[in-house]
Amino acid sequence: MTVPLTVEFSGGLEILFGGERTLNITLRPSDKQASSTIADLVKYLCDERMTDKRKELFVIEEYHVRPGILVLINDADWELEGEEEYVIQSGDQILFASTLHGG
Amino acid sequence: MPSAPLFSLCELCSARKPFLRRPKTGQKICQFCFFHVFETEIHNTIVAASLFYPGERVAIGASGGKDSTVLAHVMKTLNERYNYGVEFILLSVDEGIRGYRDDSLETVKRNKDQYSLPLEIVSYHDLYDGWSMDNIVAQIGKKNNCTYCGVFRRQALDRGAQKLGINHVLTGHNADDMAETVLMNILRGDTARLDRCTEIITQSAESPIKRSKPLKYAYEKEIVLYAHYKKLDYFSTECTYSPEAFRGTARALIKNLETVRTSAIIDIIHSGETFSLQRHGGRNHAKKLVAGACERCGYISSNKLCKACVLLDGLNAGKAAMQIKLEDSEPAESTGETFVRKQLESLSF
Ligand SMILES: [Zn+2]
Ligand SMILES: [Zn+2]
Repeated sequence: MTVPLTVEFSGGLEILFGGERTLNITLRPSDKQASSTIADLVKYLCDERMTDKRKELFVIEEYHVRPGILVLINDADWELEGEEEYVIQSGDQILFASTLHGG
Repeated sequence: MPSAPLFSLCELCSARKPFLRRPKTGQKICQFCFFHVFETEIHNTIVAASLFYPGERVAIGASGGKDSTVLAHVMKTLNERYNYGVEFILLSVDEGIRGYRDDSLETVKRNKDQYSLPLEIVSYHDLYDGWSMDNIVAQIGKKNNCTYCGVFRRQALDRGAQKLGINHVLTGHNADDMAETVLMNILRGDTARLDRCTEIITQSAESPIKRSKPLKYAYEKEIVLYAHYKKLDYFSTECTYSPEAFRGTARALIKNLETVRTSAIIDIIHSGETFSLQRHGGRNHAKKLVAGACERCGYISSNKLCKACVLLDGLNAGKAAMQIKLEDSEPAESTGETFVRKQLESLSF
């Protein structure tokens, strides 16, 4: 089953994704899985959508979101939603916001 | 049919769905309660430090970025809610960085209308013989330009404030920034700065203008969330000329520490505030510097020429001013300044 969702970037992260602030994505779970999680999404973003080579600005240790990047799932702090294990629902809005840059 | 809620409830009001976990306390709270506690804590910081007096005119250093935008929004809100009686003015520095500063200045101009606050813009070009940051970089390359930005920026804010007849400037430094600064000063053994870098109000012999940091205890995560939930209009691209490697490393270290010790930031600030440092000659000597005026431009300076004029001489002579020795007694306040000083020190050795 495929899941359509919207991914947004802010705080400078958009630079890593060709300057795109919003991506409309359709995730296809791998054969063994029935659903996709944030972890799957992050891996997909790194492998398929990132235009910048500096993966370490987005993830550490193979696909864990770098500390200091805020993730919001439908506007809620991902810390309330199970972080990487959250199962993505159709139509979800996922925001990745870097807090690492000055202001 | 009434039933148990599908999700847990806000730990403060027990009425709404929680939207975030506070980094400071671990509490899961709703947006409404978040706005309330975030604003109230800043108000408490202001009251505890007696930051303002009624009728005071205060400039808000506005870069268009998230910190200063949240600062401006919260200052306006609290000023009205608690009747501080303060007259706030947005003060921006135009460094002349094409593509970065023009866009962020557009944001500040919109903020001016959104918050109905007056705006004053001072430019490097006007202050420094036509030397914009782009021109400086074209001449000296990308490597040492933070030196120029650190010195020029500080003076530019001071001069902007002086032009407005104001002697108090607020900056958007937050708790994360402050923890980084404490850590950087420890790692460098910079005890003079360590002693003062956590102070909410800083005033030094080398600057006529008082600086303060109302967001000192506000976490970056909450600042970003506040801006996001309030839909504030801010600019979020990094300065193209800011390769602040040391600060970046300190930041990454703190973020990693936080994953194993959630209170790391506030703990580091607390350490910085309560360190009791043994006095040596150095600091007292620095305090005794007599504040005179720059012979050329009249800016406060303990030497014949102020730092900006010395740097300008170097630029005008067609080379980077490598030999400058900065007798620096300023607190580590504006981003990059300590970094700059060390860079200069290592160059002059
Ligand atoms: Zn609540
Ligand atoms: Zn001067």
